[in-house]
Amino acid sequence: MGEDTVGTAADAAVAIQGVTKRFGDVVAVDNIDLEIADGEFFAMLGPSGCGKTTTLRMIAGLEFPTEGSLKIFGDEVGTLPPNKRPVNTVFQNYALFPHMSVLDNVAFGLKMQGASKKDAASAASEMISLVQLGGMEKRKPSQLSGGQQQRVALARALVNKPKVLLLDEPLGALDLKLRQEMQTELKSLQRELGVSFVFVTHDQEEALTMSDRIAVMHDGELLQVGTAEELYDRPVNRFVADFIGQTNLVDATVVDDDVIALGNGTKIMAPNPYPAGTKVSMSLRPESISIGGPDDIPDEFEQTSLRGEVTNVTYLGHSHVYTVAVDWMPLEVRTNATPTSVVYEPGSQVGIWWDRRSDWVVPDEGYGS
Amino acid sequence: MSSTQKELRGASKWALSANAVLVYLFFYAPIALLVLYSFSDDELVGRWGGFTLDWYRAFGENDEVQGALGVSIRVAIISTLISVVLGTMSALALERFRFRGQKIFDALLYLPVIIPDVTMAVMMLLFFTQGISLLDSILGIQISKGIATVALSHIAFSISFVSIVVRARLAGMNEKLEEAAQDLYASKWQTFRHVTFPLIAPGVIGGALLALTLSLDDVVITQFVAGPGSTTLPVYVFGLIRRGVSPLINAVSVVMLAASILLVLLSSLAQRARGGQAT
Repeated sequence: MGEDTVGTAADAAVAIQGVTKRFGDVVAVDNIDLEIADGEFFAMLGPSGCGKTTTLRMIAGLEFPTEGSLKIFGDEVGTLPPNKRPVNTVFQNYALFPHMSVLDNVAFGLKMQGASKKDAASAASEMISLVQLGGMEKRKPSQLSGGQQQRVALARALVNKPKVLLLDEPLGALDLKLRQEMQTELKSLQRELGVSFVFVTHDQEEALTMSDRIAVMHDGELLQVGTAEELYDRPVNRFVADFIGQTNLVDATVVDDDVIALGNGTKIMAPNPYPAGTKVSMSLRPESISIGGPDDIPDEFEQTSLRGEVTNVTYLGHSHVYTVAVDWMPLEVRTNATPTSVVYEPGSQVGIWWDRRSDWVVPDEGYGS
Repeated sequence: MSSTQKELRGASKWALSANAVLVYLFFYAPIALLVLYSFSDDELVGRWGGFTLDWYRAFGENDEVQGALGVSIRVAIISTLISVVLGTMSALALERFRFRGQKIFDALLYLPVIIPDVTMAVMMLLFFTQGISLLDSILGIQISKGIATVALSHIAFSISFVSIVVRARLAGMNEKLEEAAQDLYASKWQTFRHVTFPLIAPGVIGGALLALTLSLDDVVITQFVAGPGSTTLPVYVFGLIRRGVSPLINAVSVVMLAASILLVLLSSLAQRARGGQAT
């Protein structure tokens, strides 16, 4: 098929158009548009109560949209019950059936679809081996560790060969080390199967590590959809800039297309599309700032530099994190720590500078940090 | 710690132990006496006249007692079966759905638990008298008080108890499990059959045994609504006492006691076999 003939709507694994979900007077999801491609590892990221789980539940059929259209591979599924949809869910805390063995848990979906006991059991065993739980078929969920339960939940969903796999905070209940292992495993499993994974998380690092694309939600609104790099380097507003990674957000006013003025009047080179006088914020990642003596600022960075005083320094092994006060406004600066690097003690006067492509201007509307 | 505190603690410990002993004595001494005198070879209930099994033989040979026992068992089984189904259904409705008038229904359902037995008995009697004459005058159907009215009355109060027990179990069950079943292609009925019911089964069994016990024990309500030929065992015993106490009552009571203990044991066994993991 030629690339130009690809119609996105029909091919999208999930296509959400103008979907709103209200619970009484509360708007949980506010008129969102979203397309998730086939074979994509897609994350929905946001703080609790942002509407990400409600969106996932609407795809699963556990909630129905109040308004709008929801399609799975081109078929409208708006009010279709969950048992009639080609998707399966890995629930938060797994929701394994406590009265059934691992084998019966995994075989459940196949049996409900009318597979014979024998076929269901053999397919289930195969899937149990795939998630490396061979030999545990007869155990009850309560006899498994958290990580093993997670694998059973995964097997129970995947054995049905869903067209889209939904995961609700799948790693939330695991400890850090196990979580990192499972991140890698989930990612490779997804590549192997080529099925779209849609997962919900409040952990930005998890989203950045695993996903092809990320949707950031806040207060029921979809703020931005993009790759990890897009969200990190070019956030659309203060909220996204602040939520994804760490950043310095500096209040400023637009002077012209290339220049903004900070609160203390300092003019900074920062290309931006906003009209003069617009209140904006400048997002500046701690690791893209360099630090030196007050006279060390290279000439070419004069227009993207500030002078201030170190108020705090923390050594993290691989890096030093400075807090630099510029006219009382604290900025965080992160530098690689090498045996030869100069350390600036609290009280030192310093200059800080950055490449003009590193600062990023976001509109100052609404979203506080 | 000061020595007075130690003394106080010692004293309170001693008082607690004494209290426990007294409580158990209070509970079990009458039972022990009852059992003891059921083997006494003497016409008077409270006098020991040597060991005998005569009273148990009399229990086995007495047609009236046997008849009353049969009625009791039939009423208990019918009322338990029906009240378990209705009680479980109402528990599901109240716990899993939101509907208009739910709070009122909720409150009304639990009313039989707190209504005095006598009030309930008078209500049922009035209801049946009116109902029977209404059926007679409108439809020409002639029925009289009997096993059916007794069973209906027992159902009326058992539903509440079953519902309370099943609801407690449902409330402790993770609703996500039902969602997971539906997500795995189970219909509503399949979800109930394969997931919800097995998980609330200990509650349902517990409720059933409670209903069975309540039905087997009831005197007051049964006495009001029973007709000729539908005398249950407790009502019969109550009647015997009025005519003068005979050690036969002791034997009957011991048999009822043994049956009750057996039911409770069964219920706790059922709970242990399937319970403990509803979440």
